[in-house]
Parts: sequence; C-alpha cells; structure tokens
Amino acid sequence: MSITEVGQQPTLSLRGITKRFGPLTANDDITVDIVPGRIHCLLGENGAGKSTLMNILFGLLEADEGEIRLGETSLKLTNPKQAMAAGIGMVHQHFMLIPVFTVAENMVLGHEPTRAGMLDLQSARRKVRELSARYKLDVDPDALVEDLPVGIQQRVEILKALANDATYLIFDEPTAVLTPQEIDELMLVMQSLRDEGRAIVFITHKLREVRAVADDITVIRRGKVVGQAEPGTSEGELATMMVGRSVSLKVGKTAADPGSERLVIDHLTVASESGAVAVDDLSLTVRGGEIVCIAGVQGNGQTELAEALLGTMTPVSGTVNLDGADITNARPARSIKAGLGYVPEDRHRDGFIGEFSIAENLVLDNLDGFTKFGSLQLKAIAENAIARIEEFDIRATSHTQSVNSLSGGNQQKVVLARELSRPLALLLASQPTRGVDVGAIEFLHKRIVGERDRGTAVLIISTELEEVESLADRIAVMYRGRIVGIVPPDTSRDVLGLMMAGVPHEDALATMKEATHE
Amino acid sequence: MSTETGIIVPEAASPQRIESPEAKAQRISTSSLVTIVGAILLWMAFTVDGSGTIALSDAFDEVQLPSIEIPGTLTVAICALLTLAAGIALFTGRLPRWGRTVAGLVAGAAVLFGFLAWVAASSTLPFTLTSQLNLTLAYATPLFFGVLGGVLAERAGVVNIAIEGMFLTSAFTASLTFSLTQSFIAGLFAAALAGVLMAGVLAFFTLRFLVDHVIIGVVINVLATGLTGFIYQQLVAKDMATFSNVRPMLPVAVPGLDQIPFIGPILFNQRPLTYIAFFSIILVWFLIFRTRWGLRVRSVGEQPHAADTVGINVISTKTSAVLLGGVFAGLGGAYFTIGSVGAFQDNNPTAGNGFIALAAVIMGRWHPVLGALTALFFGFLRALAQTTKPMQLPIPSDFIEMLPYLATIIAVAGLVGRVRAPAADGAHFVKSH
Repeated sequence: MSITEVGQQPTLSLRGITKRFGPLTANDDITVDIVPGRIHCLLGENGAGKSTLMNILFGLLEADEGEIRLGETSLKLTNPKQAMAAGIGMVHQHFMLIPVFTVAENMVLGHEPTRAGMLDLQSARRKVRELSARYKLDVDPDALVEDLPVGIQQRVEILKALANDATYLIFDEPTAVLTPQEIDELMLVMQSLRDEGRAIVFITHKLREVRAVADDITVIRRGKVVGQAEPGTSEGELATMMVGRSVSLKVGKTAADPGSERLVIDHLTVASESGAVAVDDLSLTVRGGEIVCIAGVQGNGQTELAEALLGTMTPVSGTVNLDGADITNARPARSIKAGLGYVPEDRHRDGFIGEFSIAENLVLDNLDGFTKFGSLQLKAIAENAIARIEEFDIRATSHTQSVNSLSGGNQQKVVLARELSRPLALLLASQPTRGVDVGAIEFLHKRIVGERDRGTAVLIISTELEEVESLADRIAVMYRGRIVGIVPPDTSRDVLGLMMAGVPHEDALATMKEATHE
Repeated sequence: MSTETGIIVPEAASPQRIESPEAKAQRISTSSLVTIVGAILLWMAFTVDGSGTIALSDAFDEVQLPSIEIPGTLTVAICALLTLAAGIALFTGRLPRWGRTVAGLVAGAAVLFGFLAWVAASSTLPFTLTSQLNLTLAYATPLFFGVLGGVLAERAGVVNIAIEGMFLTSAFTASLTFSLTQSFIAGLFAAALAGVLMAGVLAFFTLRFLVDHVIIGVVINVLATGLTGFIYQQLVAKDMATFSNVRPMLPVAVPGLDQIPFIGPILFNQRPLTYIAFFSIILVWFLIFRTRWGLRVRSVGEQPHAADTVGINVISTKTSAVLLGGVFAGLGGAYFTIGSVGAFQDNNPTAGNGFIALAAVIMGRWHPVLGALTALFFGFLRALAQTTKPMQLPIPSDFIEMLPYLATIIAVAGLVGRVRAPAADGAHFVKSH
C-alpha cells in the first residue's frame, strides 16, 4: 500500500507518555500529535528525553504510562516490528546498519525476500534501485556500508525506512554528522516526503534547522513538554524555552592577541588502524593566545590527528613540536609533561574512569604530585577536588560521588578542570561540548577562551559549526586528512560547507558568488 | 541529499593505503621468521644424501601405484630457496595484497613439502602418502564438527570455548546409548542431543543471565569432565558388559568411486561420520550465507541493536544458532567413541580437540569452509608426527612434532593476517534506552 494511493492518513498521537529509569523520569506525561503532511520538530537539549520518547514510539522501549493512538485505534507497540506494521519508520541517530553487510542486505534485513528457501538478493538489489530512483537518493546496492561516507550511510537509513513505506517517519538528530550542504539537501528530502503526505518527526537541538523546516514545534525540557511554538519563533525565544532561562548564544571574547608559535605540526602523516591514510601530510601552526578550530565532517582524520598529537598513535612521518620540544614520537606521559592538555572526543572512553570518584578523576594525570613515599595523599586529593568543584561549578553532591553519576555537562567540566589545573602550552580539545547542555556549553566555552587569554595555544576539533564560529580565531577546514584551507571566523557557512566537502577556499568563494548572481 | 542543489560533492574514492608503524613491525617480524625457517631448511638440505621414496599406495590397496623417487638434497634445497625468496619478498613490503597471499602460500607449501622430502630422504623407509592423508582425515573429522559448532555460535555473537565440553559429554553419551541400544542411529541422535543440551547451558547463561561467555565456557568444560567422570565411575565401571559395550563404526566404501587410484581409498573409503562432516560443512555454509536465517544470525553477531530495530528477535536468533552449533559439536563428540575407536574410556578421550577446533574457527576467520580447511591442515600436521615416528629420523621426534606447528604460525601470519571477529562477539545484548 503506497501512501500516494490512499487519501489522508490518520493522526498518530502520543498521549500522556511517562517513562522512568530508576529514579530518573525520562518522559513525564508527554502528549504529542503527529499529523501527516506536516513536519513536527521535537526540540530539546541533550538528555531532555526526546530519543526516549521516539524509542517508545518505535517499540524499542515500553512506556510505563500513557497510550499511543493511531486515529481512533489504540496501538500496543512492544517491538519495532509492530511499529513498522503501523507505518512508523525511524532514521536513527546512531545508524542502525550492519557495517559488514551490503546496502541491499541492510535494506531487506528483517523482511528478506526468499526464493525456494534461499535469500533472494537479486530482488533486494532491484528494490534498492527502484527506491533510490523514486526518491532520488542515489546508492549502490552492492557497496559495503562500512565503505560509505556517513552522508551516504544516512541515505541508506532513510531508504530503509521508506522501503517499508512508512507514513510516520522519525528523524533522530539526523544532521549531527552532515556538512551544511548535506543538511540543506536533507531538508529538501524531508520537505518532499512531507509533500507526499507523510508525517515527519524531526528531533534536534539545533535552532536554525527548526526554523528552516518546522510546521509544528514542541519543546521538551527535562522530560516534560514545556510548550508549543509557532514556526516563526525567533532563535532566542526557542533557546529560552529549551533551556528554561535566557542564554547567550555567543561567547563574549575579545580579539585574539597571538604571541609566538607554540604548536608546530610539520608534514604529519598518520595511518589509521586499517592502514588508510588518515592524516595526510598535514602542516599547521598554532600560536600562543589564539584559538584555532579544526572544522570538518566526522571521519576526516580528526580523531587520528588528535591521537597522534597526544601520542596514543605513532605518526608514519612528519614532526610535531611543542614550545620547541620534539614530541613527534612521545608517549602521552611525555606530551603531557611538555604542556599538552587534552580533552578527548569520547569522554566516556578516554576522558575519565566512570566508577572512580570526582576527586580521583581530578588527579589522574598528576598522581606523582599527590603521592608521598608511594602513598596517595587522600587529604590533599580531597582538598584539590573541593577547590576544583567550586571553581568549575561542577554540580555534584560530594567529591566522592562517581563521575558516572554526573550529567554530561558536569562530566565534561571534570575533564576540563583536570586538564586546566596544570600550566599548559597547548590545550587540545576534541568535541568539547558534545552531548553537553546549553548552560554548560556557555561555561566551558568561557573557560576555553580564558585559557587562550592566559597565552596558551588552543586547538579545538569540532564538527559543530556553531561551536567553531563562536570560538575560533582561525578556522582550519579538514577534509580527508588534509587542511583544505585556513579562513577567518566570519567566513560564511556556505563557503565553509563547500570546503568541508573538499572544495578549496577560492573555488568555494567563486561558486557562492555565481550562485548569488543566478 | 539529492543533487538538486547543483553542488558537486567529490566522489568517495577508495582511500589511499599506507603502512602504520604497527603493521610495519608485524611485516618485519613475520618475514624474518619466514626467512629464518628457509635458512634452516637450506641447512637441512645438506644433511641428507641420496634420494627419498614417497609411496602413493600402501600394501592393502587394490590398485598399487609405483612409488616416487625424489633427489633429496636438490628437492629440499629448492623448497628452501622458495621459502627464502618468499621471506625476502615479504620483507621488502613492496608486494600488493594478492602478492602477500601468494608469498604466504608459497612459503607454507615449500616448508611443508621440503620437510616431507627431507623426511623421505632421511630414512631408508618410504614415506607413505596415502596413510598420511588417511590419518589426516581421521584426525580432522571431529575438528570439522567442532569448527561448525564454533562458527555457528560465534557468528551469532556468542563466544564458544565450550566445544571441548560438548565433545566430551556427547562422546560419553554416544558410547552409553550405543551400549544400551546397539544402534548407531540412536547413538548419534543421543550425542547430538547431549551437544544441544550443553549448548543450551551456554545460551541460557550468556543470553538470559548475561554471564561472561568465556567464564561459562570454562564452567561447561569443567562440568563435562566432572559429569562424565562421575557417571563413568558410578555406573559404567560397575558393569562394563552392559554400559561399555561398543562396536565402532567401520569405514564404508562408496561403490565404484573407491576404485579410483590414489583418491579412491582416501576420500571414498571413510567412516560414516567423515561423510556426514563433509555434507555438514556445505550445509552450514549454505545456511549462513544463503538463507534468511543466516543473514539474521550474522546481523545479531555484528550489530544486535540494528537487528532489533528491524524487528528481529535477537535473543531467539542467537539461541537457535548456538543450539544448532550444539548438534554439530555433539556429532563431533560421537566420533571419539562410536565414530572411530569404540567405548568411552575415562582418560580424556577428546584430548583438547575442542580447543584445536576453536583455533581453526579463528584462523578460518569464522567462515565454515575456511575453518574446515584449517582443521584439515591441523589434522595433516598431527598425522605427520604419527607417520614419521617409525621412520627413525636423525632428529628427536619431539622436534619433528614441533616443526609442523611452526609452519602453522607462518601460514597463519602470511595468509590470515589481521582477523576480524564478528563485531559483537562476546557482547551482551540488552535493550537500551
């Protein structure tokens, strides 16, 4: 049954949905109506409960209270199969694809065509081609998903949902991994699906995107619906609804006063674990007192660059100098001694030890300083923790609390507090505000700017253009392991977006000029 | 995401390749090892003089083939030089991917053949190739089944180090059941059932109670030893005539095909379980790679959450794969008693074969056919130590037993390289929020 063949589809409504995880109420009496032919934005901070709500709608979680209604009928959704049967499809934030399978295999998984008991991959391929022609989403059915760039992987996710002819399509934070141009194209896809009569649920915390496509806006804060907003609502008003108080979206910072060269990366080449060239002959200099942001789509060598600077990966060739000392092949301990402060991209894995207390995590990099005759100085460690918790406004009941029990923003404050407690030559921070609430972002950005003003060289690696624009004194755009160009922070998003897709700065400028002339 | 906006995004070309420092270290150590083995083989070439004899049929074969005479020093020296060449070629790092595979194959084959030639030339007795290959299949048959049990479980994401325990339990069960029923069918059926029960323990504790896969695997192995030993002592040993009365399966010739010279007596005059093993390998390959069930099994072993979101029941898919693996492990266990030698003896009859099968699973990259080939290779090496024992070679037999395993390391390093397990192998599946 194709959506174009039937008339108006019924409204899908979530009524009074409540979901608790232990003491935490992730969704508290949420009511949302999803109307075919409209794009409904669910706006809320990280951890506000948007994904939990959608996982309930998709049958991945069961609500403790409330009901889901499709028109007049009540739906019982205990697994995704039932949700799909009801016409609900989902494009997941973390793609639900099997990397070692082909596009066609991923597409049919769960409802595989068979012939005489055998998998019928021929008809699976045909289905992929039909769908990708119909929605103008070009993919090769025989490509392995792990070989595809993230933008294309997302196409596969969308096609997977469309393969079921889903009437109600949920997009969970779909723009996090895309370049600005890819985001624009995704918006067009969502709009054309809406115009076909489908209902789109668009989950995001990015205000600009909400304003671009939303027909309905529901704002969720701490598990509760705090209100509906008109599509024309200003970004400032939306931010206030989302956070619960007025927030400044810009970091107040003075012009940079760059000093001498502190970090010098010279023709650095790093191989990824699989043997691909991850960082390709990259040269970059960061001066004291300036913030250089590396912008780019995830997976263009940023992770390997950071790891090579820290010393957890060994470069193939090239050199890294920090304040004149060669740290090219240094192990992390020596890089840290040379004055490197590191905020890792995945803080849960590399930033702290979750079961340890805040106090213990705050001294992990400097155990020598808190040890006397081989014995930990517990009193000094506790005093240090109390001071840092105060200084960095870490919201915790006690310094003995485990870091796992903190919110994302407070966890990141612990990491930053630890790194900034030493005199630094270079602060290297990857995705410093990923998964952090808006209030904490403001604070973290201020501290990073403060560190710059002390004369430290600051290198930020970020895939969030908002962050890059508000922090950077210079923006270095990285694509496939190379720096495409270094541009000032007031460069337009369109130009940055083209550069993030590998177009050199001059060409990007020329393309944009032509586009405006047309 | 369509190209309607007219912006040309560069194509995603396959990324350029480069050698990481870790890969370089591996290349240098592997190639050095190959080169050293080649040098040793070259030295061995000059410890023999005269020629060696390789017999292509033994005294009992109906069709007698002439034996092959080979010049000892020359053959071994050629093999040694091939190995050295492969080692040096690997060392340069200039070989493309297929070139490394070829070099690994050449080195592996040259070391093996060179060693065989050296063995033949060092002894006045001929080296009987037919009995070597017969013995190879005899040793490899239970490994085939073990590999299938391991591959099925691990493809579904359940680490199976309990193959040994499944072997032991079903070896005992087969012996006991045959003693009571005097029926091979009943014996095999009971063995498969015992394998399924042990696999059920593995599935139940790993999937339902999220016990660490390795720990429950160790527990199953210990449990199998204790359980079979206990019942043996308490029941079987008290009435051997009733409970230990086993007549093993005998080789069955396939009429016509067994008359083919050389190949016939090896391939077509085997014990029934060997035929079943060949059939099972093809069956499991088909199930995993050509059926809907197989695609689902692979998906839950790679990304169970992705499988969950498309409506696949992750736990029951995993369970079905582990239990089917138990059937094959059970048949493999039966080989140690009714399948080949006879009644169960309480003296560790399975002798670590379950762990060798597990090694074959990993070296065979979790692929049933590659795993079976690795099992065949292990069988060949164990047979080699047996075949050469009576030949009174000038070096200690312990050393000979070690040498083939060295070839294993080289072949594995050169052929397999980095192996990648199913992504979620050993991981617990819990629905997330």
